[in-house]
Amino acid sequence: MSFPLLTATAALPALGAIATAAVPAARRTAAKWLALLFSLGTLALAVVALVRFEPGGARYQLTESHAWIAEFGVRYELGVDGIGVSLLALTALLVPFVILAGWHDADPLEDARPNRRWRPTQGFFALILAVEAMVILSFEATDVFLFYILFEAMLIPMYFLIGGFGDRAAPAQFAAKAAGAGDEAAATQRSYAAVKFLLYNLAGGLIMLAAVIGLYVVAGTFSLTEIAEARANGSLSMATNTERLLFLGFFFAFAVKAPLWPLHTWLPNAMGEATAPVAVLITAVVDKVGTFAMLRFCLQLFPEASKWATPAILVLALISIVYGALLAVGQRDMKRLIAYASISHFGFIIMGIFAMTSQGQSGATLYMINHGISTAALMLVAGFLISRRGSRLIADYGGVQKVAPVLAGTFLIGGLATLSLPGLSPFVSEFLVLVGTFSRYPVIGVIATLGIVLAALYVLVLYQRTMTGPVKAEIRTMPDLRVRELVVVAPLIALLLFLGVYPKPLTQIVDPAVEHTLSDVQKTDPKPEVEAAR
Amino acid sequence: MSVTAVHSLWTTTAAPGSPGVPAIDRIPAPTIEYAQLAPVLIVVGAAVLGILVEAFVPRKGRYHAQLFLSVVALAAAFAAVVALAAGGYGTTKKHIAAMGAIAMDGPTLFLQGTILLASIVAVFTFAERRLDPEAHGNRVDSFVAQAAAVPGGEGEKAAVKAGLTTTEVFPLALFAVAGMLVFPAANDLLTLFIALEVLSLPLYLLCALARRKRLMSQEAAVKYFLLGAFSSAFLLFGIALLYGYAGSVSYARIAEVIGGSVQSVDPALADTMGNDALLLIGAALILMGLLFKVGAVPFHMWTPDVYQGAPTPVTGFMAAATKVAAFGALLRLLYVVLPGLRWDWRPVMWAVVIVTMLGGAIVAITQTDIKRLLAYSSIAHAGFILAGVIAATPDGVSSVLFYLAAYSFVTIGAFAVVTLVRDAGGEATHLSKWAGLGRRSPLVAAVFAVFLLAFAGIPLTSGFSGKFAVFKAAADGGAGVLVVVGVIASAIAAFFYIRVIVLMFFSEPKPEGPTVAVPSALTTAAIGVGVVVTLVLGVAPQYFLELAGQAGGFVR
Repeated sequence: MSFPLLTATAALPALGAIATAAVPAARRTAAKWLALLFSLGTLALAVVALVRFEPGGARYQLTESHAWIAEFGVRYELGVDGIGVSLLALTALLVPFVILAGWHDADPLEDARPNRRWRPTQGFFALILAVEAMVILSFEATDVFLFYILFEAMLIPMYFLIGGFGDRAAPAQFAAKAAGAGDEAAATQRSYAAVKFLLYNLAGGLIMLAAVIGLYVVAGTFSLTEIAEARANGSLSMATNTERLLFLGFFFAFAVKAPLWPLHTWLPNAMGEATAPVAVLITAVVDKVGTFAMLRFCLQLFPEASKWATPAILVLALISIVYGALLAVGQRDMKRLIAYASISHFGFIIMGIFAMTSQGQSGATLYMINHGISTAALMLVAGFLISRRGSRLIADYGGVQKVAPVLAGTFLIGGLATLSLPGLSPFVSEFLVLVGTFSRYPVIGVIATLGIVLAALYVLVLYQRTMTGPVKAEIRTMPDLRVRELVVVAPLIALLLFLGVYPKPLTQIVDPAVEHTLSDVQKTDPKPEVEAAR
Repeated sequence: MSVTAVHSLWTTTAAPGSPGVPAIDRIPAPTIEYAQLAPVLIVVGAAVLGILVEAFVPRKGRYHAQLFLSVVALAAAFAAVVALAAGGYGTTKKHIAAMGAIAMDGPTLFLQGTILLASIVAVFTFAERRLDPEAHGNRVDSFVAQAAAVPGGEGEKAAVKAGLTTTEVFPLALFAVAGMLVFPAANDLLTLFIALEVLSLPLYLLCALARRKRLMSQEAAVKYFLLGAFSSAFLLFGIALLYGYAGSVSYARIAEVIGGSVQSVDPALADTMGNDALLLIGAALILMGLLFKVGAVPFHMWTPDVYQGAPTPVTGFMAAATKVAAFGALLRLLYVVLPGLRWDWRPVMWAVVIVTMLGGAIVAITQTDIKRLLAYSSIAHAGFILAGVIAATPDGVSSVLFYLAAYSFVTIGAFAVVTLVRDAGGEATHLSKWAGLGRRSPLVAAVFAVFLLAFAGIPLTSGFSGKFAVFKAAADGGAGVLVVVGVIASAIAAFFYIRVIVLMFFSEPKPEGPTVAVPSALTTAAIGVGVVVTLVLGVAPQYFLELAGQAGGFVR
């Protein structure tokens, strides 16, 4: 038996979570380094997986399969296609930056009463690693039950990350608000956001549970490959209504997670109240599971129903794009602005998936990765900015580029990536999605371009209001990016540039997987892939 | 009349068909399979011994003697269950023992094993003496100093001063356990009734024995007793009607009559036998009696008050072991006696399941007392279990068995944690006092969070495995609608479990908040077992699911 590489990519961060949680209270710094080491080790394993993955090879590679719960017909089955392996790599790549960026986010407050057993720092990093482990395994699972378990279980550490750790009050010299009453209000808001996050996602997940059980009753197995094969060769047919109901059960959960309008309202709260690294973890890592699962589970298991639902989903995605962008324009809070921008971007991803064209789906997959990187860059820099001033309000800033030029510069690049400037990687994916959509649904494609225009508006206005203009008194002494912060931002920006100019390594891996997925959908209903004549 | 005359009158009446022959030879001696009844006999014997201990052992030694006796007896009974299962009584050698009174089959053994294990853990929490502050230099447990003393009166003060403790709780618990062991094994209606009474009467008493908040405890006991007596009366009336219908109290015989395979009419019952009205009313009344014990809506009214008022270790014991026993009896009744009536009881049970799941979950949201909250949560869980019960497939039986095993350990563990959080007035059960517990004692809060997540059915805990098993069985049995209602109820229920977690972890601790007592090894063991079982059944439920699967067949 070969080395279980995929299991290792998930087991390593899981072990790291346990090890980090076990570090004694006084050795906070050791816990941080331990967590970073484990996340880097995971990244190394992910790179190995990426290298060993053959783009032209079998559909699912590096597969593992073990008996698990025979009574439920559940096996521990792993395997990655091009989409899975690239998202796995994205996750493993982002988490070290998240850990580095959040280096001081969970330090105990100085005035905190000494308590030997209260170890927030250890908890913070252990929870991040736990989320990483579950997200990675969910990208690898080819058993519906296994995927479901991870899909639900990752909510719990995420919930504690959102509810337990908020933005730090400003350092003494910038202290804007009085401690005490303000802090308590912030804590209330934060726990509201955490509960909202959990309830939305749990409700989605439970609806999915009913569909998962229904799928088992119909198919008699949880194995994705077996079901897909049986569907393809016709040995498993579903009544139209059954398939549609099951599809809706799955899609509902993924649409909450992704999130798709009108199920998105938890995201601005969660991202606004969480610390910037945790917000990155939500939007760049955890939410990707939702869109990934649409590609992998909705389309493969329920091709007919997917096609049936496409018009409605495209309209919802379109609303997400425009609505998210419009609300982003109107935000006064930086983090909420980025959250609404993400909703708009998730609209693009979902639109690309359900346009059912190869450009659309390749674009959507690339979009997941590029959005992860660009949002991480923008959000983390915003987080650094917020930690200096102690405020998330855009109006509290002004003229930052004169005080902290490097910070302003990186913020600008992150922002330009968010608005998909050509030359930066999100441009490639957004272009592909729009082309893919336009070739089949021209009207929707045209309206979706509104999203790009609005993106330029919210990003540039954000930059203008915070970075240019007269320097506000409170930020006159604001320090520029520190070394640790530069180490976080620089590689992300380098990646944005590199993939913007040369996306081939990614497309090479992703394209065959997209072909497979499309052929699943089209097999029973051959349609011209691209209506070239038009 | 001389003794011999009475004797011969007795024996000749018993064998009327053959006068003249010495009747003494004609009495068929009942064959009792003592080995198969060993679990019950051991527990009953230990309970009787426990009473003797109360009578003859000096006061100082009683606590240790009783604790030792109870744990050894329960462990020995469990060993007997394991030996019987290893001997194949659960699978190949299904048997009806004790002249048709007791069924020895898979569900019986599985449930008896679960009840015994849960009881051992519960007895640990009964015996905890570190939590309450010492009274006049004597270590005390959560039970009243002297049950007969008037609350707050002189007698009570004297009893506390003398350092009395109510060690009678151990034999009482053993009697209750004995009843619970027989309850799911009962194979005729009279045995069922007797087992119900044997398990209920000690529980009524145990409920009244709280050391703190005695009036509330006594109120709980009275409520439980009155409503319990009602439900027993319903059950008994139902038994009478069913006897009128079938001419027998034996499960197999009733099932045959319902199935129409028995034509012979008992001349004494010629008017009533085969009268469907009797059957339907009788079956409904018996079901009501059992649904009362499992705490299903609309027979749940007693649950919150009794759970809140009873001493917390007793609450945990009741919520776990009693529920297991009652569901076992319900399963056997529906699967062995009334399968022929399935089309009549299924719609009714559907309604009961739906209102139980939703009712428990919705009302729990408004609760402000942790014990009441857990009580309503137990109602919602009764609904989930019932969804598996009415699947009416072998899968349904084994899923219910698994759920019961998983649920009982979570419950005992959760109530054991409740006993740890205390302030000056004893246990601090009001939810507002739990604010910030995660800061104060992260470990205890984390353990309680694990239990809450298991109740909420989050994956990787036993709660999820159990819920998945019953929902799958229900869906397989054609009750897809119940599954959908079930997941909706789960979503509602998740809200209040999570609210408690929010309170513990994300709220600032109150300065006058409760302290977390450091328990002795006993409660620690109870909580530890709970956590381990919760996680093991969540991550690797394979072995136990198989066990429950093998135990899924009833003997008829």
